[in-house]
Amino acid sequence: MDWQAFEVSIKLALLTSLSLLPVGLALAYFLVHTKFIGREFLEALITLPLVLPPTVLGYFLLVGLDSSSLFGGLFKSVTGQSLTFSFVGLWFASLIYSLPFAVQPILRSLETIAPEIREAAWCSGLSKWKTFFKVELPLALPGVMSALVLSFAHTLGEFGVVLMIGGNIAGETRTLSIAIYDSVLAFDTAQAQSMSLILLVIALVSIMAVFMFNRSRSRLVRL
Amino acid sequence: MLKVKLQQSQPIALDVELECKNGEILALVGPSGAGKSTVLRCIAGLHSAGQGTILCDDDVWFDRATKVDLTPQQRRIGMVFQNYALFPHLTVAENIKLVLAKQQDMPEKVADLLALVHLTGLENRYPEQLSGGQQQRVAIARALARQPDVLLLDEPFSAVDKVTRRKLYLELISLRQQLRMPIIIVTHDLDEAAMLADTMVVVHHGKSLQQGTPQQILFQPDNIAVAKQVDVRNLFQGQIVTTPTGHQLHWFDTVLDLGELATSYGEQAINWTISPAKVLLHQRVRPSRGEYENPISGTIIDILTLRGITTVLAAIPQANNLIVQMDVSEHVAERNKLEKGQSITMSLLTSAIHLMRH
Repeated sequence: MDWQAFEVSIKLALLTSLSLLPVGLALAYFLVHTKFIGREFLEALITLPLVLPPTVLGYFLLVGLDSSSLFGGLFKSVTGQSLTFSFVGLWFASLIYSLPFAVQPILRSLETIAPEIREAAWCSGLSKWKTFFKVELPLALPGVMSALVLSFAHTLGEFGVVLMIGGNIAGETRTLSIAIYDSVLAFDTAQAQSMSLILLVIALVSIMAVFMFNRSRSRLVRL
Repeated sequence: MLKVKLQQSQPIALDVELECKNGEILALVGPSGAGKSTVLRCIAGLHSAGQGTILCDDDVWFDRATKVDLTPQQRRIGMVFQNYALFPHLTVAENIKLVLAKQQDMPEKVADLLALVHLTGLENRYPEQLSGGQQQRVAIARALARQPDVLLLDEPFSAVDKVTRRKLYLELISLRQQLRMPIIIVTHDLDEAAMLADTMVVVHHGKSLQQGTPQQILFQPDNIAVAKQVDVRNLFQGQIVTTPTGHQLHWFDTVLDLGELATSYGEQAINWTISPAKVLLHQRVRPSRGEYENPISGTIIDILTLRGITTVLAAIPQANNLIVQMDVSEHVAERNKLEKGQSITMSLLTSAIHLMRH
């Protein structure tokens, strides 16, 4: 069992899902509240990582984050660190890779809030911020929970993008899924099995937790 | 006092003018899709009309000319939505508390508001645990929590059953004694409007056709469009004819004396109406020997009784067999032994005839 890879995986998944939460909330709020031309394009762009082969996404990210690119070069000149084959680069790639899993559930649950509920809040004198924090966010909580858990689980199981961007550096970019692949290549079936089981259990438990949370909440308040 | 003047052509045409005094209930009536709710949304600040002004006492809420357009938060309004739009994740008390400005006596305020709408004891229920009538009361309490300068109600009775509705009417009537702000209620139900409102505005195709008391709107509509909207019974066409003694209304072969009524009209074709309640039945059991005013005779073709009022439909041979409706008390109908097929005579009193220009 590669505990170092386990630690990298958990750290990456936690960091990604937590930092995607405000991004997902902001993007979903913007999409629900703003009418503009090109909305479909933006939505498609956000959803793209869902359908794109991870190697394709990984390739573009590799090119985009490389020190010879504009963004990668800028990052290196400021921090002195390369984005490719580093944990930070992996985190950045995971943000894009898991973005649809953070935006979509929040967007869907914000969309199910009847427009009159928002209008009732405004007509009650609640500012747009207060309406968001006191009315919209609590009502969208199931979506927020789903976003958090799905982006966590999805990042945890990431493989293709990690391999393209991060490579296989122990303690830095070698995640559990990479370690499993390594073990299989080395015919270490026992190690691959135990690590696969761990990923399976974490994924199952986290998704079950979302279902249970949302069900107990809808028992309390039928939304 | 709320003064509203709105005009726009998109997305739906509006041409509305209305005034509502403090403490007065104004009903916006008209068929579905007439633009009543849009007018209410304009007053609330949820929709901006293309042209016009909205003034509340001395405050300008909306004035297209000077580009004033306050947000709903800036206008002191209380709004009750058609489906109440209560916050589903908050209890009754929390729904109200969220609206109250930060004050120390908050629990007291909540209790006062709930007592006002007869909901004491239900503080900790969630909206979905309440009946439709209770939800409406919470919505009213929440709207009043902001101490609004104007109270707006959008079809507030459409989501409850008939029995609850009657109860809520009475509650609103007693509640309004304690309210000092203009109250505007949108409804498609004429009876509801006539019962609750001090003044009615008829809206059709986005245009306000007439503002007046229920009595004026229902029995003295300004024109044929209003008459059709408020479903005036006994709506006829005739011709005003001047005679040496005054004016007459020629209605097919019937001539009705108009006295001074048509002085300002001159000879012209005209629409006229008479309230069924003001058509006078000539007693059949004890015929009077005196002269009758504007007598007509007809044959009863149908009799309907609803809640003590009997409506008699009589075909008038002297008027191309058009049907005149007459409302009498049920006991009057019984005492006169009115039956289908009988001949009766009635009076269309000059004072009860209402003329409308084309």
